[in-house]
Amino acid sequence: MTSRRFAGTFLVVCAGLFLLYLLAPIVLMGVTAFNTSTFPRVSPFECFTTEWFGALGADGRLLAGLKNSVYIGLGVVLLAVPIGLAGALLLTRLPARARPWYFALVASPILIPGVVLGISTLVFWDRLGRMFGTSGDSLFYNGIFLTIVGQTTFVAAYCLLIFLARLQRFELAQEEAAMDLGATPGQSFRKVLLPFLKPAIASAAVVAFLASFENYNTTVFTSLTRETLVTVLASKVRYGINPSISALAVAIVALTLLCAAAYEMVRRRETSGAAPAAAAPRLGFRFRSPALALLLLVCAAGAGTIYFAGTVGVEECKAAAQAEKRRRARKRVEALGNRLAPAAEAESPSPNSSAEREPGVFAPQTLAPSAPEAERTANDGENGEATNPFSAQLAPSARAPRDGGCTTELW
Amino acid sequence: MTLLGWPRVFFARHGAGLGAAVLVLAGFWILALILAPQLTMADFSFRANLPPAEQGGPNDVYTLEHYRFLVHGSSEDDGAVNTVDLAVLGRTLLAAFVVTVVDLAICYPIAFLLTQSGAGWTRLLMLLLVVPFWLNEILRAFAFRILFGASGVLNDALLAIGAIAAPVDFIGNNAALYSGLAYAFVLLMVFPLYNALESLDKHQLEAARDMGASKLRIHWRVVIPFAKPGIGAGCAMVFMLSAGALATPQILGGPSSLWFTQIIYQWFNIGNNWPRGSAYAVVLLASTLAIVLAAMRLFKVRLSDLGK
Repeated sequence: MTSRRFAGTFLVVCAGLFLLYLLAPIVLMGVTAFNTSTFPRVSPFECFTTEWFGALGADGRLLAGLKNSVYIGLGVVLLAVPIGLAGALLLTRLPARARPWYFALVASPILIPGVVLGISTLVFWDRLGRMFGTSGDSLFYNGIFLTIVGQTTFVAAYCLLIFLARLQRFELAQEEAAMDLGATPGQSFRKVLLPFLKPAIASAAVVAFLASFENYNTTVFTSLTRETLVTVLASKVRYGINPSISALAVAIVALTLLCAAAYEMVRRRETSGAAPAAAAPRLGFRFRSPALALLLLVCAAGAGTIYFAGTVGVEECKAAAQAEKRRRARKRVEALGNRLAPAAEAESPSPNSSAEREPGVFAPQTLAPSAPEAERTANDGENGEATNPFSAQLAPSARAPRDGGCTTELW
Repeated sequence: MTLLGWPRVFFARHGAGLGAAVLVLAGFWILALILAPQLTMADFSFRANLPPAEQGGPNDVYTLEHYRFLVHGSSEDDGAVNTVDLAVLGRTLLAAFVVTVVDLAICYPIAFLLTQSGAGWTRLLMLLLVVPFWLNEILRAFAFRILFGASGVLNDALLAIGAIAAPVDFIGNNAALYSGLAYAFVLLMVFPLYNALESLDKHQLEAARDMGASKLRIHWRVVIPFAKPGIGAGCAMVFMLSAGALATPQILGGPSSLWFTQIIYQWFNIGNNWPRGSAYAVVLLASTLAIVLAAMRLFKVRLSDLGK
């Protein structure tokens, strides 16, 4: 018995650690959204602020990207849900021998890397466009159209899986009964199959929209001159980060939780309507309590934070933090002077120790791995014309200002 | 039902309008969205890189130069080896493999735990699992930068407790990248595993226990063989997606390590050499698929199992 209890505890600890791994990065990112520090950081937590959310609303590029993302998401829903449904219906009607092949074919876009899907879409429609001799501003070169088409390739496969799961529970005899009673195939589809599939259509639409909204790998190739929220975000993160990105993440998490809560409520109403009345109360209660409690807790915390934000004077706190920073910097300079002076006098017993102890302050560049970078650049030279400029953007030089920046800010 | 008689039965059941709609939509998907683009990309990868005006002209011939470039680099000498790009490809595949193994090791106990706990807790855990999943890849990688940066949370914490004397460069040594990738695809491993384990009859576990099997033995002989399709599906997805990841390496990758997708991206967006980018994409697709299929054969997982 004790060994089993031990195993149980062990599993719970595992689950706890796993959740920590899953949620801690996001919670910490959330904290940085409310810190006045211009570099996203948790410690030192200077002052509580909601100004980063304001910065978000004033960012025109981000808002334009958001608009494109919504258009694309709606387009993908309109295209991928019917395609996924048609694909699922066709699968159930195919001869048994053809099914595995058909399934492997239509499910393959889930496995194909998004980069490859994006490239193939781009190349294919570009060729079609040239075949028809259309100009550069035609549909074939429209970033929004290409992105919708490219994303639909794999989003339709997600929808297909959702519909298949639902269709497995469908009694084919129901359709036959409807037709025996004189319904046309169209009528039996509309009046029997579609109502049965309604929940699956709703989930497929939600999944399709979210999958489209958060996609990067395909979109970055197909969007051409248009930008979506995610591609704007990616370029922001790569070329210097600030806490308004954290604020965006907080907004997205809040929206996701609200959607999850709404979905949970709808689902509960449906299941409690369908379940036998006697079993419903106890089962329903056990089902809803932990998830709902957590959601309520999050909502309360959010409301509390916003209320708290209104009560604290941000400007005063900022001024205090500034003064504190200056005081600390002065102290450090003094300490440095003290440390260097005796070292110089005493014929330097350990000349390197002070530099080694605080490289973050004295030599931020020691963090930038200069040797491998030099090696890499040398390699690029041999490799070709293209690699060079990009690796410079990608890696160290783009980051150096950030690391340097935050170190100066410490002073 | 023979293959030839099939369309008649199909249309009789669905009627002309609905049947045609189903066929048109599914046909559009398979032909215009899946097959034709992939084939065009493969074809394109064998073309010379020409300015738009010359395309379709006399210079537009089939060539192997892009594949040759991947193997031999820009030098004319056939003995030369393009060590940079090939090393990046090898490292990408190897790292994707490691990420897959790590995710499997993390997710197997979790999925097993999910099937063993009560319905309410399962729903709560599922919800907690799904929240990070709907945060997109960029933001997840961004969260890891905050964690692992030179003045990030982890370095601050380690400095504060005195475990290290100087900040560790987690981004430079790729620790941030690998944990970020493992994090990004955890869910794709948990769900197939959970689906497979959920249908396991608990009596089988009890029977094995009554017969005196140890915990490890029960897992090895009963649970894992039963969950094999789920394990296969999860591993295939995580491997393919981490090898094909772009955003996470762009944001978390160390300065000295590129991901193969980043090279593809460069040929398209900076090098302006689409055929070469296509060739590299074909190589990425072919090598990852080959590895997945080989692994499936090795572990005797069938393709039709993956869809379950």
